[in-house]
Amino acid sequence: MARTSSRPLSPHLTIWKWGPHMAVSIMHRVTGNGLATVGALGLVWWLMAAAIGPEAYATFVSCATSPIGYLVMIGLSWFFFQHLCSGLRHFVLDMGAGYELRTNKSWSIGVFLAGAALTILFWAYIFFGKAF
Amino acid sequence: MGTGTGIGRVRGLGSAKEGAHHWLTQRYTAVGNLLLVLWLLFSLISLPGLDYDSVVAWIANPLVAVPMMLMLVSIFLHLRLGMQVMLEDYVHDKGLNFLCILLLNFYAIGGAAAGIFAIAKIAFTGTAE
Repeated sequence: MARTSSRPLSPHLTIWKWGPHMAVSIMHRVTGNGLATVGALGLVWWLMAAAIGPEAYATFVSCATSPIGYLVMIGLSWFFFQHLCSGLRHFVLDMGAGYELRTNKSWSIGVFLAGAALTILFWAYIFFGKAF
Repeated sequence: MGTGTGIGRVRGLGSAKEGAHHWLTQRYTAVGNLLLVLWLLFSLISLPGLDYDSVVAWIANPLVAVPMMLMLVSIFLHLRLGMQVMLEDYVHDKGLNFLCILLLNFYAIGGAAAGIFAIAKIAFTGTAE
């Protein structure tokens, strides 16, 4: 947008003290766009591979179960649970609740903890679940 | 930005009267994703195996194929709306922004079509052999 260079800018990123609410906000965008690109393409690849046949599916499985494949899948699952939790936070904020400073801070930290906890539980079930 | 007055809209600076629709659809699809992607994840970890035969037999079930198709619609609509906001925030050049939104639409519609077609093929024809 065009603006006259002599005019002052409103305070921006550099002036504010970094807080958990800011971190959870930018992480919502980062995780959303990560899932929208890598996550959605991975999902369509999996479905297409299953539709094309056993060889294509075997290629998908060998990529997905390689060390990098596991790293991507664990990363995507964390992105998903993080995005899910901060999305639920957005629903609360949409209703006009949770804007008090202390409440907002504790819920923001809670979102990070819940996202990480769900990811750990998910993979713990996959690796050790059958023994439970 | 315009004030939403008549002259503002004539100049293309006023409210397009579509903001609430974008905002609401983002939330409707968020609820759709919440239910359907959690269903997918719980189903995947409950399946006896994720080998070709198990997965194809599972997807071929109508009670799986239909929610899976709905999930693709919800996911790709949600990501299309979300990435649009990201592009509007970070791609300031008008021409480049237009190109990005165009490519985003191709990606969202193409991705959803590919995924839904794959499910339909498995559901209607079963295994490849």
